[in-house]
Amino acid sequence: MAFDQLSTKLQDVFKQLKGKGKLSDKDVKLALREVKLALLEADVNFKVVKQFIKTIEERAVGHEVMESLTPGQQVIKIVNEELINLMGSTQSKINFAPRGITVIMMVGLQGAGKTTTSAKLSSHIKSQGKRPLLVACDVYRPAAIDQLTKVGKQVNVPVFSMGSDKNPVDIAQAGVNYAKENNLDVVIIDTAGRLHIDEVLMDELKNIKALVKPQEILLVVDAMTGQDAVNVAESFDQTLGLDGVVMTKLDGDSRGGAALSVKAVTNKPIKFVGMGEKLNDLEPFHPERIASRILGM
Amino acid sequence: SNFRHIDEDLYEELEEALIMADFGVETTLHIMESLKEKVKQEKITEPSALKVALQEIITKLLTDQPREEILNPNGPTVILVIGVNGVGKTTSIGKMSHLFKSQHKKVLVAAADTFRAAAIEQLQVWVNRAGVDLIKHEEGTDAAAVVFDAIAAAKSRKSDVLICDTAGRLQNKTNLMKELEKISRIIAREYPEAKKEILIVLDATTGQNAIQQVKLFKEVADINGIILTKLDGTAKGGAIVGIYESLKVPVKYIGVGEQINDLQPFDAEIFATALFKES
Ligand SMILES: Nc1nc2c(ncn2[C@@H]2O[C@H](COP(=O)(O)OP(=O)(O)OP(=O)(O)O)[C@@H](O)[C@H]2O)c(=O)[nH]1
Ligand SMILES: Nc1nc2c(ncn2[C@@H]2O[C@H](COP(=O)(O)OP(=O)(O)OP(=O)(O)O)[C@@H](O)[C@H]2O)c(=O)[nH]1
Ligand SMILES: [K+]
Ligand SMILES: [Mg+2]
Ligand SMILES: [Mg+2]
Repeated sequence: MAFDQLSTKLQDVFKQLKGKGKLSDKDVKLALREVKLALLEADVNFKVVKQFIKTIEERAVGHEVMESLTPGQQVIKIVNEELINLMGSTQSKINFAPRGITVIMMVGLQGAGKTTTSAKLSSHIKSQGKRPLLVACDVYRPAAIDQLTKVGKQVNVPVFSMGSDKNPVDIAQAGVNYAKENNLDVVIIDTAGRLHIDEVLMDELKNIKALVKPQEILLVVDAMTGQDAVNVAESFDQTLGLDGVVMTKLDGDSRGGAALSVKAVTNKPIKFVGMGEKLNDLEPFHPERIASRILGM
Repeated sequence: SNFRHIDEDLYEELEEALIMADFGVETTLHIMESLKEKVKQEKITEPSALKVALQEIITKLLTDQPREEILNPNGPTVILVIGVNGVGKTTSIGKMSHLFKSQHKKVLVAAADTFRAAAIEQLQVWVNRAGVDLIKHEEGTDAAAVVFDAIAAAKSRKSDVLICDTAGRLQNKTNLMKELEKISRIIAREYPEAKKEILIVLDATTGQNAIQQVKLFKEVADINGIILTKLDGTAKGGAIVGIYESLKVPVKYIGVGEQINDLQPFDAEIFATALFKES
């Protein structure tokens, strides 16, 4: 599972720290270097790691820690607290509109898992007693509309589509209108995958947002993403103003660094995680649980 | 930035660039060692020459073996395309079909992703664009059976190339990996006269997990090469360097977009130069 390897590495470092009575500044620096390498190997973004280590160093290399009876424990406590800080501590839920229709927009790079997650999320929301609609705004990828239609059918949620000759902005608006006319209360918009540097397609998302005013814009991020995750998340956040993140493919054996990085740079919560290809493989994200798992507590 | 001397800060800057390009810690440290060695040996003093030296090291590292042609020049070839979910397998097959067809090859494609919703419809669009034929069954049926039928069709139609799409699967899913092993065995058994080319597709945005992907897929199928996709983004795909060092699997093609022409042969020198381009 994701995060396991990072967890093992960090616990090795901690074991060494615990074994020592008194700690020198050098001991702490060496331990933090190990922490740094473990985070980098787990694909946590380089800049995030640098800042993280700096913060810990400032807190750990000082009188208070060194003169305590159990300096090793103190350092571990600091790393723990900072990791929880990095992940955010409470679970974040979907914001539903107090009345009327809630619009949720799914965005992200190609192949991240938007279409699959749209269907999973619609099913999750339906189980809460709401009446969702999936809207097919990917007019570019071959058979994207077929795919959404099929997964919508599998979870028994209606899918609104207008073929692939129409403008995604118009489809989004028509989808919201359709929901109003048919007494549906949550609209989930599946958009085409795009690069964060593709200005034309990023503008398209801005135009959809301006027209349908979503309550939630969720960035779908593949958990296997490496150093580039922060560029992607920062760009999407700057252009659109994200409300949250869905981390997919966490059922793999990636080390989960993208999750830490994206949260750190955007400060937007990870709301859900994708745990498989099946349409019930979606789970709410509990940051504190992940932090404890990484730290082996 | 502008350095006037070669010093630790400059080395550190290059080291950071490699880490940020997804080289991973281990590969980065060891390339930096080679760099320091080279600087000593070749008595390099100019800061501007340092980057060039680093590019040379990476290029050399990736080209230590002769390149092998993908297509069998005098007989059929079967290409099995594998990889984790969403990396660009189906799209790359569309692009390859187009490429081989433009080289006047007779191309046949097998829709052996029978699992993902509308995977067959997606592939159908691509083969139509490329103007080649598709062998397909119903969604939800046995993938190995599609490959079996496609081999028979390739033989009777005297195809030059058979390209098989497969469902995306994460390398830690044992059942799905077994299915792939079975498909690979069927190809070896049913089509011995064909050159067998197994290509794993890696997404350039993937970090260190890419190494694990190649390692575990290699355990079930004899991988000949990599297609590195999505290099049109800002990710550099540096993980392939460590993969080449440890597993000796070379990159054969790169994907640089979503259009049918967005496939290029891999060029180590261009790759190494692109690492230091601001994007
Ligand atoms: N194992 C696993 N696979 C997933 C998960 N989420 C999505 N996938 C798979 O990832 C692949 C891509 O998913 P899609 O939903 O098509 O991704 P997308 O972002 O809509 O792709 P584009 O529309 O092409 O940009 C498919 O094979 C999905 O089955 C997950 O949580 N775990
Ligand atoms: N920008 C860019 N996008 C690409 C490239 N190659 C593929 N894509 C996109 O990535 C997404 C996934 O591509 P697919 O070909 O469906 O990937 P796959 O590996 O077949 O996915 P599964 O069958 O679901 O595992 C699609 O939106 C493609 O258009 C590339 O080189 N650059
Ligand atoms: K991906
Ligand atoms: Mg999609
Ligand atoms: Mg596919």
